[in-house]
Amino acid sequence: MLNYFANPRRFMKLSGILTPWMAGATLILAGAGLYLGLFASPADYQQGETVRIMYVHVPAAWMALFCYTGLAISAAVGLIWKHPVADVAARASAPIGACFTFLALFTGALWGKPMWGTWWVWDARLTSMLVLFFLYLGYMALNSAFDDPQRGTKASAILAMVGFVNVPIIKFSVDWWNTLHQPASILRMDGPTIHPDMLWPLFLMIGAATTYYLWVLMLRMRRDLTEGRVRARRQIQAEEAGA
Amino acid sequence: MKRKHKRLTFAGIGLGLLAVAAALVLTAFEDSIVFFHSPTDVADGKVEIDRRIRLGGLVETGSVQKQADAVTAFRITDGANVVSVTYTGILPDLFREGQGVVTEGRLMGEQFVAEEVLAKHDENYMPPEVADALKKSGRWQEGSDKQHPADIPVTTKDSYK
Repeated sequence: MLNYFANPRRFMKLSGILTPWMAGATLILAGAGLYLGLFASPADYQQGETVRIMYVHVPAAWMALFCYTGLAISAAVGLIWKHPVADVAARASAPIGACFTFLALFTGALWGKPMWGTWWVWDARLTSMLVLFFLYLGYMALNSAFDDPQRGTKASAILAMVGFVNVPIIKFSVDWWNTLHQPASILRMDGPTIHPDMLWPLFLMIGAATTYYLWVLMLRMRRDLTEGRVRARRQIQAEEAGA
Repeated sequence: MKRKHKRLTFAGIGLGLLAVAAALVLTAFEDSIVFFHSPTDVADGKVEIDRRIRLGGLVETGSVQKQADAVTAFRITDGANVVSVTYTGILPDLFREGQGVVTEGRLMGEQFVAEEVLAKHDENYMPPEVADALKKSGRWQEGSDKQHPADIPVTTKDSYK
């Protein structure tokens, strides 16, 4: 199965079919989610209208972890099995994940000021999330730091795998330590603690964020693979001209 | 052994060791990672006197007293122990009796003098009508996460205004 998709040509064909579907799903899910979240869903009994920040904040934070998990797995597959498409997937994931992480931190600060009374605190959840943002930036910097792209891919893949330790720390930080950030509301042992009227728009937005990620990921990967082919062809032409 | 199997074993062992190392470090630094101390930590003498610390818990029901010059006195409880707190300044909107707070300041004898008060929001999200219905039917639980035992009596949210 891994070998099947590791073929760049097969990936180009499959992603060519899937990309427009992902784009359409993103538009529909985000449209419905934003309408329900911003207009049709009720205000919170304590937070009032501020609760609507959640419909952006939670999907962004979710995707920040999801993208990093995808990045770390792709980097590991690229490093261990040497599948070229996996390396491309890892590289293409990083900026998307970094944007989602920034969005989660930014909307969290906007929510924190009116609710907690502060933009930022150094508690375990917020700090580990900031570390995740720096991991993304570090990955991107290391990936392009070498003249030989293969060395950059290898070094950054190791960084991505090591940094994966941070993902469970982010998720469970609110359970392991006292934090200002509230504990999990959706993925918890005794079921969600969010009212269904608020949970549905949230699920739609999480779905929209996921399809958006897949959409942009495939666009970026297709671009990278095409670029690689163009470069290879130019090289062959240059060699032929020189010969 | 094929080379890719060698790489897989190497990566697996490496990540395993890394996870153990991370777990050890985080356990060792547990005291500095916690964002706030509970009244029980204060009662057990785990908190250093004369140092800026954060104290967190629930605002005890019926304990909030507004005094002159924007001074507010209240008590923070974790269900087992209680600490008296004074604070001068404007409180955050979510500050209410029965609600979680994190305060930063110094312990002066028995009294905690807060320089900053942050409201802690819990993980429950619901429309106001649902909250009212739950309160009416007596199924209301406030602060039910682990630092905040649910056995604290509940007041309506408008009791502090």
